[in-house]
This record gives sequence, C-alpha cells and structure tokens, in this order.
Amino acid sequence: MAVDVLIAEDEPSILESLDFILRRAGWSIAAVTDGDAVIGMLRKTPPKVLVLDVMLPKRSGFDILKQIRADDMLHDLPVLILTAKGQAKDRRTAEELGADGFITKPYANAEVLDEVRRLIGAAQSG
Amino acid sequence: MLSSELVIAIAIGYVGLLFLIAYVSDRLTRSGKAAFLHSPFVYTLAISVYCTSWTFYGAVGSAARNGLEYLAIYLGPTIVFIGWWFILRRLVRISHNQRITSIADLLSSRFGKSSRLAVLITIIAVIGIAPYIALQLKAVTSSIHAISRVGSGSIGGIDEVSLALAVAAGMALFTILFGTRNVDAKEQHLGVVAAIAFEAIVKLAALVATGIFVIYVGGGLEAIFSRAEAAGVDIYSIGTFDDRWVAMNVLSAAAILCLPRQFQITVVENSNENHLRTASWAFPGYLLLVSLFTLPIALFGLTSMPAGTNPDMFVLTLPLAAGHEGLALFSFIGGFSSATSMIIVESIALSIMVSNHIVMPLVLRFTQGRGTVRGQGVSQLLLNSRRFSIAVILGLGFLYFYLTRDSNALAPIGLISFCGVAQFLPSILAALFWREATLKAATAAVAVGFVVWAWSSFMPSFAGSSTLVAGIMAQGPWGLTWLRPEALFGLTGIDPLVNVVFWSLFLNTLTLVVVSLLTSPSALERVQAGLFIDLFRPSTSGSPSVIRGSATAHDLFFVAERVLGSTRATALFADIPPDPPPQFIDRLERELAGSVGAASAHVMLSKVVSGDAISIEEVFKMAGETRQAIEYSQELERTSEELRSTAAQLENANLKLRELDGQKDEFLSQVSHEVRTPMASIRSFSEILLEDDLSEGQRHRFVSTIHQESLRLTKLLDEILDLSTLERGERPWENVSVDAEAALERAIDVCAPLAKRRNMQIVVGPRAGRATIEGDADRLCQVLINLLYNAIKYNDAPEPMVQARSRCSRGRYVIEIADNGPGIAKADRKLIFEKFSRGQSGVPTPAGAGLGLAISRQLVERMNGKLELVPSPDRGACFRVTLPLLSR
Repeated sequence: MAVDVLIAEDEPSILESLDFILRRAGWSIAAVTDGDAVIGMLRKTPPKVLVLDVMLPKRSGFDILKQIRADDMLHDLPVLILTAKGQAKDRRTAEELGADGFITKPYANAEVLDEVRRLIGAAQSG
Repeated sequence: MLSSELVIAIAIGYVGLLFLIAYVSDRLTRSGKAAFLHSPFVYTLAISVYCTSWTFYGAVGSAARNGLEYLAIYLGPTIVFIGWWFILRRLVRISHNQRITSIADLLSSRFGKSSRLAVLITIIAVIGIAPYIALQLKAVTSSIHAISRVGSGSIGGIDEVSLALAVAAGMALFTILFGTRNVDAKEQHLGVVAAIAFEAIVKLAALVATGIFVIYVGGGLEAIFSRAEAAGVDIYSIGTFDDRWVAMNVLSAAAILCLPRQFQITVVENSNENHLRTASWAFPGYLLLVSLFTLPIALFGLTSMPAGTNPDMFVLTLPLAAGHEGLALFSFIGGFSSATSMIIVESIALSIMVSNHIVMPLVLRFTQGRGTVRGQGVSQLLLNSRRFSIAVILGLGFLYFYLTRDSNALAPIGLISFCGVAQFLPSILAALFWREATLKAATAAVAVGFVVWAWSSFMPSFAGSSTLVAGIMAQGPWGLTWLRPEALFGLTGIDPLVNVVFWSLFLNTLTLVVVSLLTSPSALERVQAGLFIDLFRPSTSGSPSVIRGSATAHDLFFVAERVLGSTRATALFADIPPDPPPQFIDRLERELAGSVGAASAHVMLSKVVSGDAISIEEVFKMAGETRQAIEYSQELERTSEELRSTAAQLENANLKLRELDGQKDEFLSQVSHEVRTPMASIRSFSEILLEDDLSEGQRHRFVSTIHQESLRLTKLLDEILDLSTLERGERPWENVSVDAEAALERAIDVCAPLAKRRNMQIVVGPRAGRATIEGDADRLCQVLINLLYNAIKYNDAPEPMVQARSRCSRGRYVIEIADNGPGIAKADRKLIFEKFSRGQSGVPTPAGAGLGLAISRQLVERMNGKLELVPSPDRGACFRVTLPLLSR
C-alpha cells in the first residue's frame, strides 16, 4: 500500500498541522514519530515524498537522509527537510547530503504545500 | 647447456636494464615524481646489498661444507639492525649533521678532522675490500662457466682469468658511467639506489624460485632431509656453534657497520632517519627469506649431484641437471645481480674515499693554495679522480683474484674482507661513545689491527701462489714459530679465523684504550668529540665555528664555485656581505665537507681565510667561548621553557574562552530551536484558522493547541530567564528556615492528580518526620514537583509506580524520588543535568525544553545542597536531593 507523503516528525502538534493541510490538499499520508522507524516504514509503504524532521528521537534526520541516498532502492526518493534548526550551515548540510527541499520552522502552510507538490510532480515526471 | 654467447648477452642486457632504471629514476627525481624512491622499503632493499654473490652462491657452499655455520653471517647484522637505536641511529644523525661522506670521513671528522687518519682508513678499506671484489669476480666467472660451455663456440678458448679480467673491466666501465656523474655525495645516487633495490628483488626472487624448485624436485623438505641423513650428511652438530661461530657473528655484526658499501647505503644515502625504524625489522626479514632455502638446496645437492661437484654452484647446477635451463638462467641473473650490486656500491663508496682523502689532499699540497685551486675546476678534478679510483679498485680486485685463483671456496674470501674492515669497529664505537678517545689512539689502534690482519688473514691467502708465504705459514718468519700467521704468539690448536679475529681485535682495542689514556686530545678533537657524543643534547646541536679569521666573500666564492659548481655556489652566496661572518664560513665548510670530506674542506678554507693559522691558545680560547656559548644557550633554554609554559597557559585560557563562546552559540541555537518548535504549530494552525471551511470541533481543537503552545513558549522563556539568573550565581530569594517535609508533602499533593490520570500512584516511603533546612520553600517545592513530574510522565511500566522517601542522617536531609520507568541510559547519565538535554532513548517529550533538571540542580545548589542521579536497586531512575539540616 503506497502513500503520497510520509511525515517523520516527533512534535505531536506540528505533526497534526502537517497531516491536516496535506490531507486537505488531497494526498494520502503516513507518519512516524521516531528516527529508527523511518527506513522500515519507507520499505513497507513507499511514499512519493518524505517530509523529514532533523531533530528526531533516536536517530537524526540527516543520518537517515545519508542512508537513503546510499540505499539501492531508496536513493531517488524526494526528501523535504523540515527543521527548527534554521542556520545557514544546517541548510548547507542538507544540500550536501542531497536533500531536495529545505524548509525551516515556523513554516507557511502554502510553502509546504508548494514544495510537496513540486516534489511529487518531479517524482512522477522523472 | 646454454651457449656462452647467450649467457653473456643476457648479462649485458641485464646491465642495460639496470642502467635504464637508474636513468629513469634520476629523471623522475629531478621532476619531483619519485616519491616512492624515498620509501623506507626501497632503502631497506638497498641495504640488502649486504647479500652478495657470497650469499647467493657461497652460503649454499658453506652449508654443504660446514652445516649451519652460514647462519652466523645473517645473525650479526640482524642483531645490529634490531638494536638500531643504539648505534645506527647515532651514525645516521651525526652523518646528517656533519655531512659525512664515508666511513673514513666519519673517523677523520671525529678525531680532529685529521687527514692522516682518513688516508689510513681509506688505504685499509681499499686493501681490505680487494678480496671481496675478487670474490664477486670469481663468482661471476664460475657461474658463467657452470651454466655454459666456455671453451666452445665463438668465445672458444677463453680461460677463467681472461673472463674475469673482462668482467672486471666491464664492471669498472659500468660503475664509472653509473656512479660518477655528480660530485656531492649527498645528492648523488638516487638512481643507483633504485637500481640496487631492483637487484635486491631479483636476487631474492631467483633464490626463492630455485629453493622452491629444489623442494619440489626433491619430493618435499622431509624427503630431502631424510635422504641427506641416510647419506651420512652431518646436518646439525652442536660442534657448529663453537668459538669459530662466535667469531663469525662478531665479524658479520662488525661488517654491517664497517663495510664501506653498507655505510654508504645505510648512512650516507639515508634520506630520513625514520627509515631505520622500518629497516630494523624489514632487513632482518629479508635476510631470513634469503637464508630460508640454503640448507635444502645444499642437502639436495650433496645427495643428488655426483661427488666432487662444486657446492658453491649448486644453485645453478641443480636446475641444469634437471634440464630446467630457464630457471638456471634466472638463477644466474640473481647471482649476477648480487655481484653487480656489491661491486657498484662498494666501488662508489671506496672511490669517494680515495678521491676525497688521498687525491684531494695531494692536489692541495702540491698546488700551494688558491692560485691553482682557482685555475682548475675542483669538481671536474674530483670526478676524474673518482673514475680513476674505481678503475684502480676493480684492478686490485682482479689482481687478488689472479693471485689466489687456485683457492676453491667462496666463503673464506669474504671472511678475510670482513675481518679487515672490522678493524674500524673499536674506533667507531669509541667515536660515538668515548669522549677520551684520541686521534693518536685511533690511528695506532687501526694500524695495529690492520697489521695483525694483514699478517694473519690477508697474507695466508697467497700461500697457494707463493712459496715464500707458504714457508712463513709453516715455520714463521726467520724461524720464529710464535709469529706463524695462523698461530700467533704460540696460540695453537684453534681455528685460524678465531686466531686472527681474537688477536687483531684484542690488540686493536688494547692499543686504543692504552694510547687514549696516555695522550690528551687536541682542542679540535675535543670540539668534535662533543659534537659526536653529546649528539642528542639539544644545546650542542649546532657546530661551533672552528675556522676563525676573515676572508672576503670574493675569495670564498672562488673556492666554493670550484667545488660545488657555479649554480650552487651562487645560490649559497646570495645575500652574503663582502666580509662574510664567521658563521657563514662555518656553514660553507660544512657544505664543502659534503663534497670533499671534513679534512679537505678544512684545509681548503684554511688556505683562503687569513689569520687562520690557529694557535693552540686561540683554539683553547675558542673552546672556552664555545663552552660559554653552550652555558648561555642552556640559560636561554630555561627562560624559553618558562615562556613556553606561560604561552601554554594563555593558550589554555584562550581555549576555555573560545569554548565558553561556543557554548553560548550552542545555547542560542538551542533556544532558537526550542522557540521555533511551538511557534511552528502556532503559525500553521493560525493560517488554517484564517480559512473558513472548518467545523466548530476542529476550530476549537486548533485554538486550544495554539493556546497550549503559547503557554509552552512562555514557560520556556521563564525557564531561560530563571536559569540565566541562577547561572550568574545570583539567588533571587533569601535563604530562610524551611520545613522541608512540608514542602515534600505539598509537591506530592500537586502531582497526585497527574499520577491519577495515568493510573498510577505516588507511594510515600519511609519519611524523616521532621526536618528543617535553610532555603526557599517554594523553590524546593518546584524542584520536587519537577522530579515527580518527570518520574510520572516518562514511566511506561505496565504497573507504573513512583516512590518518594526521605530521611535525616549525619546532619543531612535526604529526599529520594524513585520510579520503575525506563531509567536513564548509561550514556545520558552525565548529560541529564545539562541544558536542553533529554534522554535520547526516552520517549518523545510531550512538553518542556529539557531545562527542568538544569534549573533544579541550580536551585538546590543555591540552597547549599546537591541534586544527583543515584544508582537505583531495580529498574527505573532514582534522583536524590541532599540538603544540610539546620542545626539548632
């Protein structure tokens, strides 16, 4: 069973808001709340886009991104980094690790929607 | 059998290949692409020039004749290299510092830059090595004979002597082309070293291939040994390890230090002292590989070849007998490699000694100073004298070969040379370790050792060609039987080798000690002895100036240009004023010494520098100044040690400041992260609420989330302010008497509803009853609430439980809050009190920025107490608050 977007986010209220706006835009959603669960979930229900928080319990989002890019099956997956770490060096790290998008918290809902739309489009055309 | 033309053509082709390797290596070096040539392994392979054709052919012969005796030849060098720290390291360091070019230069430099000693050492080395070179010529000619049919074909009729002469001439030509293109011994021979390293690989490969072949043909090691035993070959006898064996060990250990070619490769060609570290195990390893197959080859040869076959040539004749001409040819090339590498390096090393210590001083003496030095290029003169020396050295080798051509075995010839150069050993050791050793003593010692050697070891090798020598051997000179060469001073009944090793080294050392004690060193000797012996003492690392006086840059330049060539001289004299300072003259002397040796450099400059007729008084005064300079520099060193320590402290303080700064940055970034998280929900839900199409239920839920998150924000900001006040050491309250038990009671009451919501209870354990402490009741309550909250919130046990207990002991009041939750992971235990720390392995925190414990600890500390995590008897965490009881 595939979904459109997998959200990896540990803050319940942020997860709720993301779930709400993305569902309302018509996408199907799955979510995980800790870092260890992400890769397993990606294999079980492969999404079109992964929205990935950086400060996750147990395993950092950057670490997960690194593994995705090195994985035979997953390396093409579009990844949108969503983080409260807003410094330039964090953005640079994300780019170096091959993130497809980078949004800092607090975010505008429209910005998240645009990015997810762009990445799903890219995934389908590519 | 192979045709002799083919064999000779292949040998010449191989020499061409070596030439190519040397040429390419030189080219690569010049364009800076030859880093691998500076590898410690190339250096180690080059050191294996120690393994000559004596090893390649002779070891098998020696094993066939004398059993395990041949091992001594490898054991001595192995010990010296494993103990590199003691002697080799010193030799290399000194030679780098003093730009030593040869073993003669080393001894001459240590003993007051004496040219007379240098000449003596050079002459002894040239004579002592002649048998060794003859050995190589003999090995090459014998091997050509063994592998091909000399006497047939187009080179028909050629006899052994003519063949040896041709080989000697070819080698001389080759070495001249190979090794004398440049003058400075320090920069010269990378190409040669590369070729030698290549030959080391070839000879090892050939020997190993032959060894494996023999084991294969012989049906395995066991079969070879049992067949030899059955044939009555004495493989192992305890008699092998007798006094002769000890003498051979002493000789081989001495040889690895004293042979001019070993000194050349190990010391002069060394580009990095650390390479010795690698060589200390790699070279013994090489020797082990080389000696591995000696015994099987010898035993198999003895049992399978017809009686009377020369065992020295087993390496060739065994493959030939089995019809494997290709392997025999490879083996021949291996043996040829061993011979050529030895001859090349040995004659280069000797030619440097001859030209620096004999030709140069003669030229200087007969040209009355700079007039002629100016007229003729010294560097050209040096090159020509080196070329001439190489020819003479190989000529001497051939002469020795010619005179002793009737002797059969290879190994004894090698031992003659070993014993000859071993006469340098006592003086070398004294040069490195004994300050009182004098020039006169070293000269006398080496001379005495040489005479004994020449009489008892060198001369007897001519017994076969001279009836006079044979007579002396039998009856002694003029009938004096106690002077018979092989039984000196009436010491009969021992091996001739033991006889000569014992007497020569004993008398040599005795002379050295006695004469040193009877004479006193000159001032220059004292200075040089200091440089050699205090080598690793930092205060004497610089060489004190010995040539005093003044010279114009113009005059000095003329000398330098002639010796070093115009390019290097120009570079050296850039920025030098018309009247150069003494330090420059000193430096120039060291540069020149790198080309012509210490003694010649000293003489050359002495002629140019006016006022250099150093009187003894002046030298003593200088030595005194030197001592003062040394003391002064030690003083300086102490001061700079203090400065260093101050600087280190400053550095440390700076580091701490930077760390604090970094912590501040880290703190801000974490605050920003903690603020952004609730802000994100607030912003997102506000945007959702701005749109209208929401149900009342959704609207209500989102608004209350916004409310909660803004409370969280406020709490966070409060906590940050709290913490920053506390961290500044301030206490925003007055410490007063507080009923601590009441505070605990209140905290339990506050947390009870939360516990109830989670279906758990707060168990009140043993209690202190009454306790008064000094502090703030509200703050203490805040701490306890925080601990209880954490214990409740993070508890995921099936039957969750929190216990609060208290007691008074030894003037202290102790509260413990324990739970049966997941506990704190070991890695987190130290971090748990840090700001923004949450147990990594804990469940996601519902609220709170991770400041709670940091604040609690600060609060307790402001009440002069302690908050800590203590090991809990069962699962879960246990936090303990300890406060001093207020005494009445």
